[in-house]
Amino acid sequence: MTTTTPEVPATATAPVPTAASVAHQKLTSPWASFAAIIIATLWTIPTIGLFISSFRPEEDVKTSGWWTWFSSPNVTLENYHEVLTGSDTKLATYFVNSIVITIPSVLIPITLATLAAYAFAWMKFPGRDFLFVAVFAMQIVPIQVTMIPLLKLYVDPPFGLPQLAGKFWTIWLSHSIFALPLAIYLLHNFMKEVPGELIEAARVDGAGHVRIFTKIMLPLMAPAIAAFGIFQFLWVWNDLLVALVFGGGNLDLSPLTVRLAELSGTRDNDWQILSAGAFVSLIVPLVVFLSLQRYFVRGLLAGSVKG
Amino acid sequence: MATVTFDKATRLFPGAERPAVDALDIEIGDGEFLVLVGPSGCGKSTSLRMLAGLEDVNGGSIRIGDRDVTNLAPKDRDIAMVFQNYALYPHMTVGENMGFALKIAGEPKEKIRERVAEAAKILDLEQYVDRKPKALSGGQRQRVAMGRAIVRSPQVFLMDEPLSNLDAKLRVQTRSQIAALQRRLGVTTVYVTHDQVEAMTMGDRVAVLKDGILQQVDTPRNMYDNPVNVFVAGFIGSPAMNLLQVDATGGTMHFGGAEVPIPRETAEVADKAGRKITVGVRPEDMDIVAEGQGLKTTVNLVEELGADAYVYGTADVDGKPYDVIARVDGRKPPEKGQSVNFAPKQGHIHLFSTESGERLKA
Repeated sequence: MTTTTPEVPATATAPVPTAASVAHQKLTSPWASFAAIIIATLWTIPTIGLFISSFRPEEDVKTSGWWTWFSSPNVTLENYHEVLTGSDTKLATYFVNSIVITIPSVLIPITLATLAAYAFAWMKFPGRDFLFVAVFAMQIVPIQVTMIPLLKLYVDPPFGLPQLAGKFWTIWLSHSIFALPLAIYLLHNFMKEVPGELIEAARVDGAGHVRIFTKIMLPLMAPAIAAFGIFQFLWVWNDLLVALVFGGGNLDLSPLTVRLAELSGTRDNDWQILSAGAFVSLIVPLVVFLSLQRYFVRGLLAGSVKG
Repeated sequence: MATVTFDKATRLFPGAERPAVDALDIEIGDGEFLVLVGPSGCGKSTSLRMLAGLEDVNGGSIRIGDRDVTNLAPKDRDIAMVFQNYALYPHMTVGENMGFALKIAGEPKEKIRERVAEAAKILDLEQYVDRKPKALSGGQRQRVAMGRAIVRSPQVFLMDEPLSNLDAKLRVQTRSQIAALQRRLGVTTVYVTHDQVEAMTMGDRVAVLKDGILQQVDTPRNMYDNPVNVFVAGFIGSPAMNLLQVDATGGTMHFGGAEVPIPRETAEVADKAGRKITVGVRPEDMDIVAEGQGLKTTVNLVEELGADAYVYGTADVDGKPYDVIARVDGRKPPEKGQSVNFAPKQGHIHLFSTESGERLKA
């Protein structure tokens, strides 16, 4: 044994920087943080302005810009009082409408999509792949295209089904219809990630599809379902188009957004009320997001298989 | 407790030309520990999954006891399976994991708790019952997976490479624990592994598969002493058996300079194959002999293990180089680069037909 191993150059032993690590380094540099702070501040200024305006008395709002508030702070809750209970705005009713619209419009697609996603991911049946592609392909149909056919169906339903027009059902169903393709696709992908051995173990343990779905899949899918739930909630809560079209401008069916749009149309003089109204409609999504956001980061799958 | 019978069980995957498992015929006795072993892709896992009901059976049948389970769902077969990746339910505690099957079966809570506690005690998991799987080490997870099987006291345990995710030391330890546990519980067990050492040390009997075809089922001892063909001979034993194609003329087999007499029937087979025969010699049956009286081998590497040393070398037979492995005395091993002559110990050669690979009388 007289051979000598050649000296390995020191640089070769250092880990080769990958594109991801380079990006990570660049994004965590102080300059990047600084830029992010600047952008965030610029982005937030209009919201702050609106927020401050919503607390300013009417005369102030109408005579000076919101930034003058810092020199002459003048706070009132009158705008919120007016917005929520005032006889001609009465946002409280629309607030309730928004909740009545949003909750079923989130629950219906989540329920259907988890069931469908399970079937597409873990049940074998003829035509499965074709159906799955077909469902996902519906994503490409724009909402606007479906409106008139859907309205026709609601007003004049086939097969002697009850007429839905003038009820919340039209809005619930429409939101569900528009959400389902993406929901099924997303949840299907999450479900596919669950190791097959887990399902097989459950089958050997004596669980059928129903038990596997309720006892294994649903708990494991909780983060994904919550994530989708948040998206769908925000989408429905902020939606104007669907509610306006399928609610038919009927005040009993109108959510906050429809009322707010009206306010800005008919009351552009009273925009201290408008700013308060905007914040009323903003509170709920904020609460929902903050209370469910931990599901975004929770890795529930850790530890199921080797790791 | 029950016997398990594979009766010409066949699995043909859709679109495949060759069955993954081809007419598998094995009878497994009550309480027996049978190990299915073979290289990857040999169909051992598929066979196990057929028994579990996770894989369709395209031909033949499978029986547990007297029951034909060929078309039964996994849950109706009264089996428990340990998976390679353990497949623990990540959102349940160790206790819930182990009790899941009983809970589904609708057993009363009291009984479930009792059985789980019992299994946890056997497996030394008592202090972890309330933990989630992710808070356990690999070895502990493996034991939980075992516990999940034990709790049900099924008729058959199925284990699919349960040790392959453990580190080497833990694997050896767990190997003996599983074997001891199985003997104690007396439950019929089918165990799949690609590791022939596991197969030899754990199984009452070992079944070797290759390309979906069963090669041999026998006790580890018999398998080692009387491999039925070249494949089994080369697969069982570590380091592997030396297999060389040598000349056989006039009732004599030429192992380098060593001349070994062979029976007449064997010589006739050799004559048909152009006076060629495949000879197999285990590394421990190789003796160092004087120059000209054995197979001249150039030493490439010497592995010193203390008591013994393994010599890895190259020998030339009819112009073809063969790898040769021999076990020698650890106190005076040959040096690298040296030439050594090896001859087989008398009565310790295995002869195989060069054409068919089948064992011949030696």
